[in-house]
Amino acid sequence: MTKQHANWSPYDNNGGSCVAIAGADYCVIAADTRMSTGYNILTRDYSKISQLTDKSVMASSGFQADVKALQKVLSARHLIYQHQHNKQMSCPAMAQLLSNTLYYKRFFPYYAFNVLGGLDNEGKGCVFTYDAVGSYERVGYSAQGSGSTLIMPFLDNQLKSPSPLLLPAKDAVTPLSETEAVDLVKTVFASATERDIYTGDKLEIVILNASGIRREYMDLRRD
Amino acid sequence: MKLDTTGLESFPTLLAPQNDVVGDLSAAPSFDLPNSNDFDGFLKEAIQMVKPAKGTTTLAFIFKEGVMVAADSRASMGGYISSQSVKKIIEINPYMLGTMAGGAADCQFWHRNLGIKCRLHELANKRRISVTGASKLLANILYSYRGMGLSVGTMIAGWDETGPGLYYVDSEGGRLKGTRFSVGSGSPYAYGVLDSGYRYDLSVEEAAELARRAIYHATFRDGASGGVASVYYVGPNGWKKLSGDDVGELHYHYYPVTPSTVEQEMVEATGA
Repeated sequence: MTKQHANWSPYDNNGGSCVAIAGADYCVIAADTRMSTGYNILTRDYSKISQLTDKSVMASSGFQADVKALQKVLSARHLIYQHQHNKQMSCPAMAQLLSNTLYYKRFFPYYAFNVLGGLDNEGKGCVFTYDAVGSYERVGYSAQGSGSTLIMPFLDNQLKSPSPLLLPAKDAVTPLSETEAVDLVKTVFASATERDIYTGDKLEIVILNASGIRREYMDLRRD
Repeated sequence: MKLDTTGLESFPTLLAPQNDVVGDLSAAPSFDLPNSNDFDGFLKEAIQMVKPAKGTTTLAFIFKEGVMVAADSRASMGGYISSQSVKKIIEINPYMLGTMAGGAADCQFWHRNLGIKCRLHELANKRRISVTGASKLLANILYSYRGMGLSVGTMIAGWDETGPGLYYVDSEGGRLKGTRFSVGSGSPYAYGVLDSGYRYDLSVEEAAELARRAIYHATFRDGASGGVASVYYVGPNGWKKLSGDDVGELHYHYYPVTPSTVEQEMVEATGA
């Protein structure tokens, strides 16, 4: 007799794409607002972006229930840190916390594909990209989610930054200005929406710079 | 099953007693396990979903002057290149390096953990930990998670009181002492170049060039390896990064394009 296998999976994929771009003194984090399951759209207005500290913002695609749980754990840990150290966590510190939090569930992973964007201690933009179990690296730009294979090659073409592994070292931030980076993000999502069924409806853009945080929205195709 | 969770201890609990404010979140974390009858099957599916980055080429060898360590920087998820700039040589402390092959998160997390354990050893014993000791710490942890699906193929290279040391440690629980290792999907190609060019009495520059060439040739023939070839040297004063070269550029450096003689040149047609 063949073994009975469970028909129920604890995971689901709610789709969507996330992008982050680091600049010399700014960081742009963007995600679409469509939440789907299979071929159905659950809502057109769901934010995948979460502000963890004054200087770090996380965008996550994948299974949004796991994303919500992950955001709660990170906020709670950040609150404890603030009580114990009397200051906010820096972006690189939050990056490592996220990595460890993901790895603690190595044998029952968070189905979340994250990009963390923010400003480092020197005020320069930084972007960290993750896999589902916590391996991370600091990069100049990144895309995650269902549209990532469509978006990344285009960002590589426009923004290709020299690898941080090269010796003598070269800076990893893009030479684009803040407005140019925001325009690039809008272009990228418009294109991804054309060819990825899970990406669309509306684009939410968060811009972090020395003067604080700013949000912009743009309509995308709803089909 | 009782898992070795010493790697997950968060240190505030060791210093101060738990209080209500901090509560559960500061307790020694343990690995959540799914409530499933078929743990193996669940893990197989979870691994498919996670698809850890595997393709890689790393190598390390001992020679007269110390240890030479080199690696590529490509991470692939199935057929998609998820990154061309992954740090596969992990700096555990100023005189010890670890290489990454297999699951990226597994290697990163356990190497970071090993660095913490090595530092604690230094503080507790007032002397640096040996390469033998550090590799044993890692091997014991990986052995305790044997069969759980961790994927780690690493080399621990360092310089301690007994001189240069090199160990290969993997997630099956294996630990081997040796003088020449290469790990990853590109390792057969790297071994070919490394073994034929190796001599114990190489100079530092010659050894670095041998390591660089071995990585380059592996990236040339193995689709899962590429990016930047990094070369590190470990000597009596600790490790030093010697070079980081894009392998695409290395190709034309080793095999420059010679312009061929042109017999007849095409000229642009004018008008109709």
